[in-house]
Amino acid sequence: MTDTVTLTIDGKEITVPKGTLLIRAAEQLGTIIPRFCDHPLLDPVGACRQCIVEVEGQRKPMTACTTEAADGWVVNTHLTSDVARTAQEGQLEFLLINHPLDCPMCDKGGECPLQDQAMAHGNHHSRFVDEKRKYDKPVAVSAQVLLDRERCVLCARCTRFSDQVSGDPFIELFERGALEQVAIYEDEPYESYFSGNVIQICPVGALTSTSYRFKARPFDLRSTPSVCDGCSAGCSQTVQARRGQVERQLARTNMAVNEMWNCDKGRFGYGHLTADTRLTSPLVRSDDDGEEPVAADWATALTRVRSILAPDGEVVPTAVLSGGRLPDEDAYVAGKFARTVLGTDDVDFRTRFAPASEGDALAALAGRDTATYDDVEQAGVVLTVGLDPEEEVPILYLRLRKAWRNTKARLVSVGASSGSLAELLWRRLPTDVGAEAAVLDDLARALDRDGDDADQSSPMVAEVADALGSVDRPVVLVGERAGDGALAAAGRLADALGGKVAWVPRRSNARGALDQGLAAGLLPGLRRHDDDTQRAEVAAAWGLDELPTRGRDLHEILTLAGKGKIKVLYLLGVDLVRDVADQRLVDKALRRATVITHDIVANATTAHADVVLPVTASQERAGTRTNWEGRRQQFRPGVAGPQLVQHDWEILVQVTGMLGHDLGFTDLDGIRADMAALAPIDTTPDWPAAADRSDTAAAADDGDDTLTADVYPLLLDNGVHQVNAPDLAATAHDPHLRLHPDDAAPLGVSDGDEVTVTGGKAELTLPVRVTPDQAAGTVFVPANSTAPDQVDNPRHLGDRVTVAAVASGSATADQPVEVNA
Amino acid sequence: MEFLGPILFLLLVVVLVGIALNTTVLGRGMAMPLRQMLKKPSTSQYPEQPRPVTPRFHGRHQLNRYDDGLEKCIGCELCAWACPADAIYVQGANNTLEARWSPGERYAEDYQINYSRCILCGLCIEACPTRALTMTHDYEFSSDTRRGLVYTKDMLLAPAPEGAPDTPHRDKDVRERGHNYYGGKAVSPPGLHGGDHLPATARTMSRASQVLPMAPESEADWGDAPGREED
Repeated sequence: MTDTVTLTIDGKEITVPKGTLLIRAAEQLGTIIPRFCDHPLLDPVGACRQCIVEVEGQRKPMTACTTEAADGWVVNTHLTSDVARTAQEGQLEFLLINHPLDCPMCDKGGECPLQDQAMAHGNHHSRFVDEKRKYDKPVAVSAQVLLDRERCVLCARCTRFSDQVSGDPFIELFERGALEQVAIYEDEPYESYFSGNVIQICPVGALTSTSYRFKARPFDLRSTPSVCDGCSAGCSQTVQARRGQVERQLARTNMAVNEMWNCDKGRFGYGHLTADTRLTSPLVRSDDDGEEPVAADWATALTRVRSILAPDGEVVPTAVLSGGRLPDEDAYVAGKFARTVLGTDDVDFRTRFAPASEGDALAALAGRDTATYDDVEQAGVVLTVGLDPEEEVPILYLRLRKAWRNTKARLVSVGASSGSLAELLWRRLPTDVGAEAAVLDDLARALDRDGDDADQSSPMVAEVADALGSVDRPVVLVGERAGDGALAAAGRLADALGGKVAWVPRRSNARGALDQGLAAGLLPGLRRHDDDTQRAEVAAAWGLDELPTRGRDLHEILTLAGKGKIKVLYLLGVDLVRDVADQRLVDKALRRATVITHDIVANATTAHADVVLPVTASQERAGTRTNWEGRRQQFRPGVAGPQLVQHDWEILVQVTGMLGHDLGFTDLDGIRADMAALAPIDTTPDWPAAADRSDTAAAADDGDDTLTADVYPLLLDNGVHQVNAPDLAATAHDPHLRLHPDDAAPLGVSDGDEVTVTGGKAELTLPVRVTPDQAAGTVFVPANSTAPDQVDNPRHLGDRVTVAAVASGSATADQPVEVNA
Repeated sequence: MEFLGPILFLLLVVVLVGIALNTTVLGRGMAMPLRQMLKKPSTSQYPEQPRPVTPRFHGRHQLNRYDDGLEKCIGCELCAWACPADAIYVQGANNTLEARWSPGERYAEDYQINYSRCILCGLCIEACPTRALTMTHDYEFSSDTRRGLVYTKDMLLAPAPEGAPDTPHRDKDVRERGHNYYGGKAVSPPGLHGGDHLPATARTMSRASQVLPMAPESEADWGDAPGREED
């Protein structure tokens, strides 16, 4: 038996792998058989019947999208067979019986497969003389997606996508016959992070987008290939602009990364480019403090920056915080700017307080061949550590789901929670927040022992260890929230298994910042500050005698800024007030230090700044971004952006000039050439050794009634991408807490009850979901959430929180409540 | 016979002058004013007395209205698509229950023709699916600024017919008129198109009940649909 079949299509012979569908085989010959329901990433269904071809020897014409090619077949498509052509024309006539001819009104007009097909293969006259089927025009299946059922040709692409790819089968086909229609369940809203994809794959105008409704025609739009900056997934996208304004964004096919999909945040999150709160000119605070910063011209702002950074000609102690969204080039420039111009190594791209050991682990990671999307799909067993993929890197969730569905991959989660991944998990190894490393070490030990004394570890750990050992290349994905030592432990585990590890940060270019050495102790090109040769290499490339001494991390920088030891905080798109866990520390630092910040949209931190410099957003600039895999992708500007904004690197080059230095480049090519001179060295540092954890394990269980707060933002929060994108913001999941049933029972709360979480100086009340997916002893709290009357920042809750049920009386305040005497 | 000599001489002169006027450049040039002196003057008294143009003259565009004042233009941009000179800019927008400019879901929020680009070819008129765009006989629209040649929607839109309110109308009022704007059978009543799209969950999603009746149940539901009655 061979694995290939040879057949003839339209007189041309072709050999294809067994199992290839006729429609794919024809594509390889360059013959495009008309189709509506067929989609290469969805299971075949044969719903639209448009792809009919004639196969010699078969009784009836067959649908090319469901028929697998067989050896020796002679297939004739519409190009050579009258039977196929008449069948296709007839089918098109059938489809157009009920399809309204409101193309001039329809958003799909001009890019509509049905329209194109009707023009190319259709009959110009309809024989149908009766009335067409009618429905209400459009109904909103979500705030973002409008459904016009009159136009639907029942191809089931949207329902198959929801069922097979995204796993949110809220949208379904209902009824039968002529009344069959796409609809949503009455009591379940279509709540999906991937709903925009059904708009893009709809072959007619049945599903359209609220935000793009009647905005433009395809010929109006200037399309630019780009890379999404919403998270570290690195999705390829197309930015489409009309008259210098982004009108829509589409997923661009990149089979190695996002395949043909993207998430709603990436698709619809462009409102901030034109928001009222967009920073369009520099803002400078007048010398008498207390006032809001006011608009100024660039000369004034840059002069002010100079007088802040070097009041007496000498640069004052300054720290640079970059936030993990800067493209690679800007991250490199920021690093060089800090070390050569400001003479400091106090740089950090993180907005969280990282354990001291993380730097070594990240350095070890950066030099390695880390896991890719493809590895995840092929792994067979995937371990996620401290990661909620759907909320943090949605496209990675889709890939995990694809592996789960297509290859029956066994997914294991280690950590306090894994969000919606829980539905797909094979095994769950719950830990306290930040205590993932211990379980990973247990797994490594269980592997070592080879099952000899399995009694030492729990049966679940032994089982997972067995599974990890049973496949060739298991993958361990470590989220950025994973605790002290988790990344190193995961790295050691992956090495022991011969598998791969990857670090999955949330911010779009955290990995790029790492590669460019935007953290104390790290230097560009995987070099280390504590290695004398490597440090000297960088110093030589930058024309310095010696690099500044090793700097501090975020926590120490803020502490020193609060004490006045660091005089200036130079922020590159970081909202300290919102993102940093310690409110007191941030308040003190912002009060004491002078703050210069680059940002796109005004926020709580820009209000505190002394100089605010407006910068271009991703869609308005060129650059390179490194996704969580370490894949570097260049992007180009789709729109020009407001007149007065500049790129981050442009501003840094100008500030350098103001301070009398020269970075050695004035354009992007120059920066890239400069980066090439410090190309990554060939190094694979060892993973840091496991820490002795015997005492900490005991300390964690202190027996009081507090829980550990598991604080991270949902995908759609109050972030920049939801600014001025009301339709997108409306599809945000309801903010909620999550509790383990064991923790919920003593409180007497059940699903949907309001629960108050108190910790530190913060207190907030949200509905709770009681689920065993949340590890016992922890409570999930959404950071930066869309909850309307939330005053306190969940980030300020601290590690230990108390949870209490809200008294039922307060929920119905307008009714008289009997006071307990 | 002594007359014969001068007569022949004169004849010869006339013939020679005639030949000279017809064959030499100078002669032909002088002949034209001589001929014109004998003709009736044909001076066009423009602009005091503009001459009528042919019925199908391609003049300035106009955006037409229905009798009730609603705009025919639905902002579909087909005119802009057809335009070989890229002279037309259209921005569509969504009719709402409170403000309805046109029948159906879509209307032109902005409509501009740049007459410094327009070649008055009329392809836009052919493309228009609702006969919203037609050409008038007006050709007097020169300007000495570029901006003055960009005609905006308010300049192109025909005035509301007598007694009809200007747009926007309220959807409720439009529905009460019971007009069938497009004629023919395959047209839904105007009120059902567009408007604020309610969330699907807020509606009764009992599917079959949402299918509209195949024939009007009452006049109030469908209005007088001429296309329907004729058939």
